[in-house]
Amino acid sequence: MIRLALPLLFSAALFSVGVYGVLARRNAVLVLMSIELMLNAVNVNLVAFSQRIGEITGQVFALFVIAVAAAEVGIGLAIVILIYRNREMINIDEVNLLKW
Amino acid sequence: MTGQEWMFVVLGLIGTVAAIRLVTTREIVHGALYLTVTLSTIAGAYLIMAAEFVAWVQVLIYVGAIVILFLFGLMLTRAPIGRAALDNQQRAVAAVIGLAILGGLSYLLLEAFPWDSAERISGDPAGGTAGALGESLFRDYVLPFEAVSFLLLAALIGAIVLSRKDDRAR
Repeated sequence: MIRLALPLLFSAALFSVGVYGVLARRNAVLVLMSIELMLNAVNVNLVAFSQRIGEITGQVFALFVIAVAAAEVGIGLAIVILIYRNREMINIDEVNLLKW
Repeated sequence: MTGQEWMFVVLGLIGTVAAIRLVTTREIVHGALYLTVTLSTIAGAYLIMAAEFVAWVQVLIYVGAIVILFLFGLMLTRAPIGRAALDNQQRAVAAVIGLAILGGLSYLLLEAFPWDSAERISGDPAGGTAGALGESLFRDYVLPFEAVSFLLLAALIGAIVLSRKDDRAR
């Protein structure tokens, strides 16, 4: 028996750390890692609520989120490597060609 | 507090500290290793919540595959060391925003699910077995499952097209 507040607080901590990482890091790979932290926080919530109400749908969606995160990392790293090949650096604050 | 709750608290603290080290470390490869620690503690948290299939998928996909992808990404790009190379100038603002989100979320969550309320996760092992998940996945969610497999195929082709060397341009 686990209090529902525990996993929720854990995921809140993971999510806010991920937000800090996305905002404060300039290396693109570290930004992608911080995004993974936020996706994992969502998964912890999905599994916790799924086990609380005894309905398995939440865990199915956690699996979907994991699969989409894997696709996201693959594409994200391909783009990062492409940027590195063209510009010899992956600082995302210097890749501002499309910024208004 | 029960034994499971103490175990969850220990895992949660390890995971949170490793996550904080991930976003503050000055060596980028250490960051990838801290990410491994965090993802593993999350898998442990799933096990404590008796979601065994999701826990092993977490170990296989995240700890096994995604961290390796990140390490390859670090290997193929330059891995700079030092605060100026890894962080931008907005650290203070980012810390304020992160702490505000943490405070707001914690307040709302503890308001909705108070510490001494009766809301408990049962930890029934039958609630997260591969059989139960597979039945739900292939009975109620076949279409989203196929859509995800199509998405993975598209991501695969996209990654190949993006990272292929374009010889005609040279």
